[in-house]
Amino acid sequence: MLDLSLLPDGGASWLDASGEHADIVISTRIRLARNLEGYAFTPRARDGERLRILTQVREAFASLRSIEDGVLVRVDELAPEDRLLLHERHLVSKELAGLNDQPVRTGAAVYLSRGVGIMVNEEDHLRLQALHSGFHIPDAFGVIERLDAELGNKVPYAFHNEFGYLTACPTNVGTGLRASVLIHLPGLVLTKEIGKVLAGLQQVGLTYRGMYGEGSEVVGNFFQISNQTTLGRSEGELLDYLVRVVRHVIEREEEARRVLLRDAGYIIEDKLWRAFGTLRYARSLSFEEAMNYLSGVRLAVGLKLISGLSVYTLNKLLIFSQLAHLGHTEGRALTESEANVARARYVRETLATESE
Amino acid sequence: MVCDLCKEGEAVIQLTEIEGSGVRQLHLCEKCAAERGVETTLTAAKPQINNFLQTIHEQMPAAKGEPAQCSFCQGTLADFRATGRLGCAHCYETFESSLRDLLRRVHGNSRHIGRRYVAPLPTELPHVSNATELRDRLKRAIESEQFELAADIRDKLRGIE
Repeated sequence: MLDLSLLPDGGASWLDASGEHADIVISTRIRLARNLEGYAFTPRARDGERLRILTQVREAFASLRSIEDGVLVRVDELAPEDRLLLHERHLVSKELAGLNDQPVRTGAAVYLSRGVGIMVNEEDHLRLQALHSGFHIPDAFGVIERLDAELGNKVPYAFHNEFGYLTACPTNVGTGLRASVLIHLPGLVLTKEIGKVLAGLQQVGLTYRGMYGEGSEVVGNFFQISNQTTLGRSEGELLDYLVRVVRHVIEREEEARRVLLRDAGYIIEDKLWRAFGTLRYARSLSFEEAMNYLSGVRLAVGLKLISGLSVYTLNKLLIFSQLAHLGHTEGRALTESEANVARARYVRETLATESE
Repeated sequence: MVCDLCKEGEAVIQLTEIEGSGVRQLHLCEKCAAERGVETTLTAAKPQINNFLQTIHEQMPAAKGEPAQCSFCQGTLADFRATGRLGCAHCYETFESSLRDLLRRVHGNSRHIGRRYVAPLPTELPHVSNATELRDRLKRAIESEQFELAADIRDKLRGIE
């Protein structure tokens, strides 16, 4: 079984709730898509090519100064539950972990360190990513920019004078940059403003997804907002724009919360305390249920209706109550009904010890 | 539980409506929820790629004068239309004018104005064997039944070895 404690920060520093607006924005992620010259792109490459890519970048990783104590994990050699564990921890994509309809690719790997990671043989040969707690775009970009410059000096990237950094899918070409914030918007959902806000995002060139990226469902009122276009604007412009729009969405969410408290105070209060009560005492919780109640409790903490419960604990509950994490704690793969019982117990015990 | 509105579908959405100071709870099926304009998981998370694939299907005929196939990876525009993924970096040159149009539609622009990149000199890089690259191209040529090309590549390989 994969030992996450071998990772420099256990792969979980992004949960520490240290960033700006940490109760609303859970995390900020920035990734750059890069490909090496001289090979077919990953989906078309042969097993042998992907293994040579891995060998080539592995040597380069070892001499990187901007990543300290990195650990290379051969994703293609992991058991399915360990691949799911890395995905639930937001350290690898569904595609790299072979959790889509395609099996895991030979040569799929990830190089991990504190808050940064490089996926190898994802849809692109390299996906560099920085993951930060809270709303922290400039910091996350600073880290990834240094890493990119250093790595690009050690391996030759595929770059086109007109089209920029070349990627397997033309929706990523140019800067190869996708910045996204994982944001909790229960106020906008409850006041039914969310449809307008999401439609507005698409009109201004941004897009949204569920918690786990492309194709994932929206659960627990958690949305991922990111830039949609990657070409024709500089990295700085893309990021500034996203920051401005996300700030606006945060303001709208705060306003919606004020309206809820003003117009339906006792109803909201009742609903949120019931969510807390369920989490505190339930003996079986499905993932969706847990996410929805955690969303309610998170809102209650944001509205200061419930005190003595930290945002860090809430973040931890979101991640550690998922299937592979529960199985990892129990030391064996769980069936769905076993996981529901284990989930309820984990949530109950965490709330008992970490809330005042 | 059945839907409060149509009394037929299975209720999967719990909707809390707030009107003035009154609140009511409705249990709705996916269809009735969508009709009331509620964002459901079905309507909320449409994968972006589908729109993109549709764009390529509808609006991407081969441009005049472009080769039918990429000489590096043997990928064709038909492969690209089917998967939405290009085969290799050289495809961007092979299908340059078709892609330029597509990029304008997808990004509103086809010119990169972000950071420029200069690859390190080959002497600074670990040596990658030319023969290995040719062997990969040979295998791909055979797989895609490009036997003439395969024969050319085989001859080149013999020359090296």
